[in-house]
Amino acid sequence: MTKKLMSGNEALARGAFEAGVTVAAGYPGTPSTEILEELVKSEGVYAEWAPNEKVAFEVGIGASIAGARVLVTLKQVGLNVAADPLFTFSYTGVNGGFVFINADDPQLHSSQNEQDNRHYARAAKIPMLEPADSAEAKAMLIKAYGISEEFDTPVMLRTTTRISHSKSIVELGERSEVGNKPYEKRFDKFVMLPGNAFKRHIFVEERLRRLAEFNDAGDLNPIISGSPKLGIIAAGAAYEYAREAFPAASHLKLGMTYPLPAETIRAFAAGVERLFVVEELDPFLEDQIKAMGIEVTGKACLPLIGELNPDIVFKGITGAYDEAKDLARPGLAEELAESDRLQTDFADAPMRPPIMCPGCPHRAVYSVLKRLKVIVNGDIGCYTLGALPPLSGLDTQLCMGTGVSVVHGFGLADPDFRKRAVGVIGDSTFIHSGITGLIDIVYNGGQNTVIILDNRITAMTGRQQNPATGRTLRGTPAPELDFEQLAAAIGVKSVRVVDPYETEEVERAVKEELAKDEASLIIARRPCLLVERFTAPPFAVDPVTCKDCGACSNIGCPAIAKSGAPIKPGGPAKPVIDPAVCVGCALCFKACKFDAISQAKEG
Amino acid sequence: MTQDKTTNILIVGVGGQGILLSADILALLLVGQGFDVKQAEIHGMSQRGGSVHSMVRYGTAISSPLISRGDVDYLMAYEELEALRWAPFVKPGGTVIVNKKQIAPAPVALGVAAYPEDPLARLRQNFARTTLVEADRLAQEAGNVRAANLVMLGALAAGLPFSKELWRDTIAGRVPPKTLEVNQDAFELGWEVANA
Ligand SMILES: Cc1ncc(C[n+]2csc(CCOP(=O)(O)OP(=O)(O)O)c2C)c(N)n1
Repeated sequence: MTKKLMSGNEALARGAFEAGVTVAAGYPGTPSTEILEELVKSEGVYAEWAPNEKVAFEVGIGASIAGARVLVTLKQVGLNVAADPLFTFSYTGVNGGFVFINADDPQLHSSQNEQDNRHYARAAKIPMLEPADSAEAKAMLIKAYGISEEFDTPVMLRTTTRISHSKSIVELGERSEVGNKPYEKRFDKFVMLPGNAFKRHIFVEERLRRLAEFNDAGDLNPIISGSPKLGIIAAGAAYEYAREAFPAASHLKLGMTYPLPAETIRAFAAGVERLFVVEELDPFLEDQIKAMGIEVTGKACLPLIGELNPDIVFKGITGAYDEAKDLARPGLAEELAESDRLQTDFADAPMRPPIMCPGCPHRAVYSVLKRLKVIVNGDIGCYTLGALPPLSGLDTQLCMGTGVSVVHGFGLADPDFRKRAVGVIGDSTFIHSGITGLIDIVYNGGQNTVIILDNRITAMTGRQQNPATGRTLRGTPAPELDFEQLAAAIGVKSVRVVDPYETEEVERAVKEELAKDEASLIIARRPCLLVERFTAPPFAVDPVTCKDCGACSNIGCPAIAKSGAPIKPGGPAKPVIDPAVCVGCALCFKACKFDAISQAKEG
Repeated sequence: MTQDKTTNILIVGVGGQGILLSADILALLLVGQGFDVKQAEIHGMSQRGGSVHSMVRYGTAISSPLISRGDVDYLMAYEELEALRWAPFVKPGGTVIVNKKQIAPAPVALGVAAYPEDPLARLRQNFARTTLVEADRLAQEAGNVRAANLVMLGALAAGLPFSKELWRDTIAGRVPPKTLEVNQDAFELGWEVANA
């Protein structure tokens, strides 16, 4: 048996391979992205990036109904986009097994919200599995295909960032070549006219009842017996934290968290003196356990917000129940107390937020928008980092697509905004959710200006291909989606392409397009520097000519330190450019009105 | 070393410093020795010059991938400010290995925050076992400043109970052949510094 250290995502890809999956689709999103990037390397599996999660989900539905075993991957907010197909697919059920991996992101390590997608399993009335490490991720995924086919249901496998990105040891197995199920036309099952759907709803409720029985009878929810003084119910990463903090307690580790194994929970509760439920985000388990009439403590002592860890679990539970201290890992309390002291001592360590790379074309566009003092309705991607000081370049940013549709809304609320607000959106995001917004603007006579920040890649999530880049996830060449022609077909009369590095040209374009009484699209096109390296000799500030006006440091380039910046005691008298970081994009050079910045000679 | 004890190693620094590679080499070696191993790290935004960390835990049976605050046996910091930020994770009596290097984060470059003064002295005050490594200089000596992460790994390895041969073999299995010699030399220099 080969044993390997694998991330949860790698293990899930391996699980899909071993389960005999032949079709996989998804849209990138941290922390789910690496699953398909890994799976695509496997022989016998087709995997694709779809333009968005709804499309990916529906491609998967098609492949499942046609007979294949299917995997769909997405991050938590991606399921909002795919929710429409999910809810009705729950009714039709599957042909070939269908599992989707939903990666939640407590603590918003890389997300715009902290939603708890366990509610989706309940709302869509489908089973949900939650692995606690990589070995379980693989094993549960394989099991999920059995459940999907036996119970005729899509299955949700939920991870969180810590499960997806943490590594632990996995034993590799063989692939089962399950082959396609025969396809059969089934009007009653796969055509959801109201009459058919009504009958399928009856099926769904019955299925849920059978799944709960299955969950109680199965082996997905082990009990780790310890002291009867303290019982803890938990799943996923929260279980690992609870075990770490209280190794001597009794634990009920839930593997299938919807529908709940009610009898197992009752029996466990009856055997312990105090019962706690440890879960991240919402009281999803707690509310249901309370509804069973069981006394349990959860959110009364543990946070609703952010990630848990062993320290938080320890403090929460011992705060509510002093006797729990005896069951904690020896030394934990003392270590935490000492750590608390050090935290106060070292609280002056400044943050190190992520920033756009030196030479990033997005920065160049933001520097112009800042100069023009326009309102910027933004969107999600690397360019969201332009919202941070000193560029402070965004007025709004919510979810994918808002760079196009929100600017239209601004113009409707007050016509003045049509001349003062622009929407900005990345290439992948525009394809994901911006096209319909642009159609809306044109269709309804909106006079808004939209800028596609076209860096020819899906950068934020780690450089994935998309329909405009000319390559697929499989590395094969693909036609490049032509934004200019697309916009023309939509009916945008004014379409122009600019090079972000040519800041004067960008400025002219934005001014002129804002002035027009029609919809405009500006495509600011230059490849991401992580994809196509750009290097020119570095620039330097001449401290004698420099008037210290701050124009160069205000573009927020990581190569430039402001005058007096406390990088060293005393700080430099004038701004300094770090030649090791500067890529020579010349943005600071163009921003300087006093000719104080010049480029080193080539070679 | 007692086998049922869990050892916790925390590697911290700035995006681009090669933290994840050193964590991978360490974890590979540990898995090869038959330990249960868990490794936790955050990808995503960290690529854009943010702080990066990797937690590696090994022992007979590891539950949480996250190390509890105050339970770190070895903190290996590739940058001084990051060492300060993560110092509260270190156990009383734990080991701190710091690269002599300061990288100003954006708020400092913008002049809205100050880089803490003399991080090293403050670390030494709290942790008797603090080692300073001039990883950049040593990596340069080995042939490439980018091998600084292997210098640091060498310094950590010198304090762990595994043979140098084992480390060299693991490195050979993980880094690209083209950079192997430089990386081995860098590792060696780090090992010597820590043993000095
Ligand atoms: C519905 C949804 N799916 C996925 C994501 C994850 N995500 C955040 S940014 C991003 C990519 C943005 O790419 P692009 O628009 O090309 O901008 P870039 O990062 O290249 O500047 C993705 C996929 C998300 N936030 N929301």
